[in-house]
Amino acid sequence: MNFIQTIGAKTLAFIQTLGANALFLLNILLLLPQSLLRPRLTVRQMYFSGVLSVLIIAVSGLFVGMVIGLQGYTQLAKFKSADVLGFMVAASLLRELGPVLAAILFASSAGGAMTSEIGLMKTTEQLEAMNVMAVNPVARVVAPRFWAGVISMPLLACIFNVAGIYGGYLVGVEWLGLDAGVFWSNMQNNIDVSYDVVNGLIKSLCFGTAVALIAVYQGFHCVPTAEGILRASTRTVVSSALAVLALDFILTAFMFT
Amino acid sequence: MKKSVLEFWVGVFVLLGFVALGALSFKVAGNKGGFGSSTQTYTVYAEFEDIGGLKVQAPIKTAGVLVGRVSSIQLDPQNFQAKVSMELDKQYPFSVDASAAILTSGLLGEQYIGLTNGGNEAKLQHGDTLSLTTSAMVLENLINKFVSNFMSKDTPESE
Repeated sequence: MNFIQTIGAKTLAFIQTLGANALFLLNILLLLPQSLLRPRLTVRQMYFSGVLSVLIIAVSGLFVGMVIGLQGYTQLAKFKSADVLGFMVAASLLRELGPVLAAILFASSAGGAMTSEIGLMKTTEQLEAMNVMAVNPVARVVAPRFWAGVISMPLLACIFNVAGIYGGYLVGVEWLGLDAGVFWSNMQNNIDVSYDVVNGLIKSLCFGTAVALIAVYQGFHCVPTAEGILRASTRTVVSSALAVLALDFILTAFMFT
Repeated sequence: MKKSVLEFWVGVFVLLGFVALGALSFKVAGNKGGFGSSTQTYTVYAEFEDIGGLKVQAPIKTAGVLVGRVSSIQLDPQNFQAKVSMELDKQYPFSVDASAAILTSGLLGEQYIGLTNGGNEAKLQHGDTLSLTTSAMVLENLINKFVSNFMSKDTPESE
C-alpha cells in the first residue's frame, strides 16, 4: 500500500512541478516587452551561456562526427555501401544527435551554471534586495538568462552539426579514402533543407526553451543554502537531460514519421 | 570585462551560428559544387539510354584517375535519353571519338563514368557531345534477359 502511496505522491508532485514551471514560463513571457527594452542584459548572458559553450560544443561535435564516420564506414563497407556515409553522418547529426547532444552539453555546462548563479543570488538575498528596491528579479535576473539560452541553443546546435559533419568527412574521406564527391553528392541529394535542417532547428529551439526554463526555475526556487544550490544544479542537469530525451521522442514522432 | 569586448564576442558567436546554418543549408543540403573551385574545367555532354544510379558530382575516371565530375543530369525531351554534362579538367584533352561508359565500383558500389580516349587527332571542345556511350548495367534487365533467353531455349525441347 505504501508503494502505491509513494507512486501517487510522486505523480502529484511531478504534475505540480510541471504546472509551476508553466506558470513561471508564462511570467517570463509576459515580461517580454521589458526584456526587449533592455537587450544588453540578454546579450551579456549570451556571452556566458553561448560564447563560453562554443568550444566544448564544437570539439564534442567533431568527435561525435568522427565516431559516426568510423563506425558507419566499418559497418557500411561490409555491405559495399560505404558511399552513403556522407548522408548517414549528416542525417544522424541534423535530425537527432546534433540537437540532442548539444542540448545535453548545454544543460550540463551553461544550465548548471545558470542555476548556481541564480541560487547564489537567492542565498545571499540579492533577489530579496531587488524586491525591496522595486526591481522585479524575474525581469532583471531570470528573463535575460532564459532568452539567452533560447537564442543560443539553435546556434550552438548548428555549430555542433557543422563540426560533426566535418569530423565525418575527416574520417571517411581524408582517413579512410572515400571519394569526396561521392561523400558530398550523396549528402546533398538526400538531405532536404526544410525536412532535415529546419526540423533540427525547431527541435533545438524547443530543447533550448526547456533547458533554459528548467535552469532558471531550479535556481529561482532552490533552498537558499550551499547544499540547496548543489541539489538544484544536479536537478537541472538530470531534469534537462530527461526533458530533452522525452521531448525528442515526441518531436521526432511529429516531424519524421 | 568591458562591455564592448563582451558584445564583440557575442557578435562573433551569432555570426558563427549563422555561418554554420548557411553551411548546413547550402553545402550540406543542396549546393551542387563543381569539380573543384581551383581547377579550370571544360564541359562536354553525353547521352545515355539509362544512367542507373549515377548522381550529380559522381567522379569521371580515365584509367582509374579522376579527370572530372558530373555537373548535371537532365532528361532530353526530344529523344528521352539522359543528358549528362561533365566537367573535365582542362589539363586532360580528350579526342572527339572518346567514349563514355557508366561503370560501378565493386558489385554494389557507387556509379561513375569511365572515359576512354579515342584515336582521332581533333580534341573535344567546350560544349561538345560524345557520340559513343555505354549505358549503366541494370541488374534487373540482365536477369530478365537471362531468364527470357533460358525460357526460349527451353521451349522447343519441351515441345
